[in-house]
Amino acid sequence: MKTSAPWWAAEDFWRKCAIFITAFMALILILLTFHSLAAITAGAGRVPAYSVINHRIDYRFDRELGRSMPIIGDEVPLFGTKFSEVEARELVNLGKLTVQAKNCMNCHTLLGNGAYYAPDLTKAWLDPGWGNEQARELLMTMFLKDPVANARTFGTGRRMPNPELSDAEVRGVIAFLKWMSAVDTNGFPHGFKPLPQGGS
Amino acid sequence: MAEAAADLPLAEDRAVRRASTAQLTAGQRLALKYFTVAMVLFLAQMLFGLLAGLQFLMPDFLLGVLDFNVNRMVHINAMIVWMLYGFIGAIYWLVEDEAGVPLVGIKLANATFWVLTAAVTVVVVVYLLVQAGPGEMRSIWLINEGREYIEAPRWADIGIVLCMAAFFYNVAGTFMKGRWSGISGTLVLDLIALAGLYFAGMFYTTNLSVDQYWWWWVVHLWVEATWEVLVGCIMAWGLMKTLGVRRKIVTTWLYIEVALMFGSGILGLGHHYFWIGTPEYWLGIGGFFSALEPVPLVAMVVHAVYDAGRHGFQSNNHPALAWLIAHAFGNFLGAGVWGFIQTLPQINLYTHGTQWSASHGHLAFFGAYATIVVAFVYLALQRWRGEVWMSGDLPDKGWKWKWALALLNVGALGMTIALLIAGYEQSFTERAIGGSTWQAFFEGQTRPWFVQAMQWRMAFGVLMTVGLVLLLWDFLVIGKGEARPAKALPAMESPQQRSSPQP
Repeated sequence: MKTSAPWWAAEDFWRKCAIFITAFMALILILLTFHSLAAITAGAGRVPAYSVINHRIDYRFDRELGRSMPIIGDEVPLFGTKFSEVEARELVNLGKLTVQAKNCMNCHTLLGNGAYYAPDLTKAWLDPGWGNEQARELLMTMFLKDPVANARTFGTGRRMPNPELSDAEVRGVIAFLKWMSAVDTNGFPHGFKPLPQGGS
Repeated sequence: MAEAAADLPLAEDRAVRRASTAQLTAGQRLALKYFTVAMVLFLAQMLFGLLAGLQFLMPDFLLGVLDFNVNRMVHINAMIVWMLYGFIGAIYWLVEDEAGVPLVGIKLANATFWVLTAAVTVVVVVYLLVQAGPGEMRSIWLINEGREYIEAPRWADIGIVLCMAAFFYNVAGTFMKGRWSGISGTLVLDLIALAGLYFAGMFYTTNLSVDQYWWWWVVHLWVEATWEVLVGCIMAWGLMKTLGVRRKIVTTWLYIEVALMFGSGILGLGHHYFWIGTPEYWLGIGGFFSALEPVPLVAMVVHAVYDAGRHGFQSNNHPALAWLIAHAFGNFLGAGVWGFIQTLPQINLYTHGTQWSASHGHLAFFGAYATIVVAFVYLALQRWRGEVWMSGDLPDKGWKWKWALALLNVGALGMTIALLIAGYEQSFTERAIGGSTWQAFFEGQTRPWFVQAMQWRMAFGVLMTVGLVLLLWDFLVIGKGEARPAKALPAMESPQQRSSPQP
């Protein structure tokens, strides 16, 4: 019962389509990947160098672009220390490792990815909940050291369990959060108003 | 498993047919083992999902004992692993029939099953008892990687790759020894891509943007590309077996689906690159191609429903056909429509990282993947229990499979809609009005509509769990004591292809 299908319904035509389309799309993805990876190297522009933790970071709406942008400002050292690029990288790396080892992403989101039980951490460093620039480091440290006693649940009762971080890990996590807040995320989150900084 | 009955020959017609592994091939016996573990993990997925869902309503529940992140990790990891077990089982089930020769490397295949299952057990026990470690590479290697969906520690990654290599040897080797077909060719190429992509997730970097770039290669290119093609292959074989659809038709459809799936899905990856630090061009590329992703899923619905209608819904396995149809619609709705509604960057800016994603995830994984594994288990049980009658007019009127089908599907859809309502509330309150601060997040989470949606989600979750228990009960008993042989399919293309030991 051999029936001759028209060319657009033929098995052979669609096999070739499947092969060529897949190969073409994969090639485009690979080419774009080379470009994108170069663009998101730390320090290449969109993703800041790790030493950005030595600076004030802001997030302001850009009228021309129609979206918010991270703004790298004056030098405002973290924990009163100015870190070299290597030291900064080490500290941010410790924070990133800690965030992974403590499985933060299965309650929180990072750059919007993760779980939806606890707030997004993309702009955690800039959250107005810390009050002001002067209190922020101390409040963040206290919270991370004992989030149960220093719970910030905004009346929901949804408390963060104690991740039992060492002092170094706490500093690492804060450095990592500060670095992340300076990543150019194409305006995500939208409409976010950071805490007042530098007398602003 | 009814090993005790293994020496009984197939009963004559009129007498009760017996479950016996003697009437199965080596690959099919192995498939039953994979399906058994898959179902245990399916139940585990549900139970940990219930715990995590309950914590939204009662935040102090199990706080400090089994925190939300642990429950949620086990919930999603059990899901990934049981679905993979289901796929592997389905492929072992069909490989000998499709290749026309016995499985190559059966000893290796059996050993791999036990190694993989032992490894999965150790990973889960460590998740539950150790939970987290210090911020050192040691934790990444031994406890968990802390990256959603691919949390498995590095030692397990390497084990998984080795097990997949053994599995690939079994499958590709069997086809090479026997015969190739359009389905098997597509399947083998897809398995190469699927296994290869896993490597993209096996490294550590400080740079979160680079981390998430490659992380999505695994997560997206698995669930929105290679897994879809894999179930397309399984579906093609399943439609031939349950309905007797002609091979030429399913193969042509499979190629169409591959062309459309990879044509849209590979660059559709860009919808995960909107907000992670990657360049602006992904807004356009990701938005455009991911908006096309529902197209192949429409093709799959047309294909399945058209074929089923063309054959007057005369199948030899009603539960399997019903679940295949559920797969076609669930895949289209969950992966297609629910993905589409938030895939354009202009909308995604407000929905990214909210309960919208949870809503999409629930229906997509259930609709696209859970359904087809369940369908396949019904196909396997039919044969194991002696190629028994599983069309209409079952002894219990088929109430168990029908209620299980209804409860599981209504439960999944109900949870999805509840989570979507929660997502709307969150997008408006937290994102659009509140400007995404922590204060705004918690305001959104406490609004009555959000809380009520979470209560409904819980209720539908319980409903779904009842459905699963019923399904597992049905798996244990369906076809037992059945005297009638399976309904013959009039339109079966080449019945001699079936490697049946009976005349």
